[in-house]
Amino acid sequence: MAEKTLEFQPDLNVDFDREAMGDVQTEEMIINMGPQHPATHGVLRIILRTDGELILEATPYIGYLHRCAERIGENLQPYQWVPITDRLDYLAGMNNNHAFAIAVERLCGIEVPERAVYIRVIAAELNRIASHLVSFGCYGMDMGAFTPFLYAFREREYIMDLFEAMCGARLTYSYIFPGGVRFDLPEGFEERCREFLDYFEPKIDEYNDLLSFNHIFVNRTADVVTISAEQAIAYGLSGPVLRASGPKWDLRKVRPYDFYDRFDFEVPVGVEGGHDGIPHKIVVGDSWNRYFMRLLEMKQSVRIVRQALDQMPTDGPVKAKGANNVKLPSGSAYFEGENPRGQLGFYIEGDGSKIPYRLKARGPSFCNLSICSAACRNILIADMPAFIGSIDIVMGEVDR
Amino acid sequence: MAPEAILKILQETFPDEVTEVMPEGVHPHAVVRPDRWHDIALFLRDDERLGFDWLRCISGVDHIEDKLLTAVYDLHATGKPDTPGAMWHVRNEIAIKVHVDRDNAHIPSVADVWPTADWHEREAYDLLGIIFDGHPDPRRILCCDDWVGHPLRKDYEFPLEYHGIPAVTEYGQTRPQH
Repeated sequence: MAEKTLEFQPDLNVDFDREAMGDVQTEEMIINMGPQHPATHGVLRIILRTDGELILEATPYIGYLHRCAERIGENLQPYQWVPITDRLDYLAGMNNNHAFAIAVERLCGIEVPERAVYIRVIAAELNRIASHLVSFGCYGMDMGAFTPFLYAFREREYIMDLFEAMCGARLTYSYIFPGGVRFDLPEGFEERCREFLDYFEPKIDEYNDLLSFNHIFVNRTADVVTISAEQAIAYGLSGPVLRASGPKWDLRKVRPYDFYDRFDFEVPVGVEGGHDGIPHKIVVGDSWNRYFMRLLEMKQSVRIVRQALDQMPTDGPVKAKGANNVKLPSGSAYFEGENPRGQLGFYIEGDGSKIPYRLKARGPSFCNLSICSAACRNILIADMPAFIGSIDIVMGEVDR
Repeated sequence: MAPEAILKILQETFPDEVTEVMPEGVHPHAVVRPDRWHDIALFLRDDERLGFDWLRCISGVDHIEDKLLTAVYDLHATGKPDTPGAMWHVRNEIAIKVHVDRDNAHIPSVADVWPTADWHEREAYDLLGIIFDGHPDPRRILCCDDWVGHPLRKDYEFPLEYHGIPAVTEYGQTRPQH
């Protein structure tokens, strides 16, 4: 296997004429992009070694949000640990609950009733839309465009109203449990949901007009920290970050779980600039593509929710009996779910009692961020927020 | 490929290192000795029939009764489609468990085989104390640099204070009792 395909080439857009600089004295500076920073999407500390405007080396330091979730998991039954999964990737609580619930069900062999599965899919896809809206809004804000942030959060309010009707919470839902969901959908939920989807679908084209093809935005994000497909797989990237580099890999299609094989939807991959209205500077695997994948995925999530609402049985139980007090068999299980940020994996090892022996959460942002020190060499300081915003990390699941 | 076939290939190539195979169940895995783990990792990645190019997760487990520490490596082999623009698929899927003594926990690092392993191994060292030989950057990742002990070990003593910050309140110890 050619090891040199894993090396990152220095950014060719940066053009320094060193000879013309003559005896201008340059000095390397160590700059701290500290844990409190508006563009690091949480408590992330990056130490930059810079030569003027050029970053020679970037070393991320994590652990500021480590809350010992896995240690807590060794003292609680799985259904008691579900609220901790909410707080891993706090912007995609339903998806975290979903992945954990399926991991426990795989280990214990619990069957989930059909109506519950459809409700789960609806909740997970609505949360995917909400999470991508935050990513879209905050990325625009990082690049200096404040208006998309407000539009994104306005749409998000409608989704959070739907979630509040479902389970009473706006951010940390604890709704999807091993064995089903906590409550049935309230009356009138279906109409409200369809109303929201009809309202929201044309908005995605509005956001494209607002931000995606904006000249300044494209110049700041096109061809910035381009990651190739081999590098992406070698570093364990997943989710829109991986798909932007080329591989058409989505766990909902590759390893379908929870009836995702019954729905008809597409998986967007990175686009090359120069045709179909995509600006010329864009290459597959750059920051613009990582951002654009999320907009395209929101459209597909709308499709999935519509189909789920159509196919859902009108009544039936929403949780499996006795799923809360189940004894975990000896042995292990590992399951990954497709979260908005990538593949969230749970490794559960049981020892015959009700409490897991070991519970490990593999956060997608943890793996996505690990490429930072290798990829961020010889880029400009202004490209750093462009890169971090495009990989869309949430420190809750980096540090757990 | 079915897990039985994958594990058979692994057992035929490394008959002394693979101590146990478990092809049935929800988590098919092989148990491998740590001495030549680096060679086995290269074989898993480079062999055409296997082609495990994606390391999904390294989980460290503390089996205190057996006096072992385990590192569980979950692997995927991605399959490119024949027509460009079609979905990729999973060619192979397996897990490898490596057991080491609790008192002498050394496993060869596979960070040069799968660059994902870099941070995962740092986390396994930080939380469980498994030392990965040959790791390019062996330091703690989640805990502070001057933290004492490995928090996810079963016999870990929670500290009563850290740099003057107490872990005791007027209601009593905040150390978990279980």
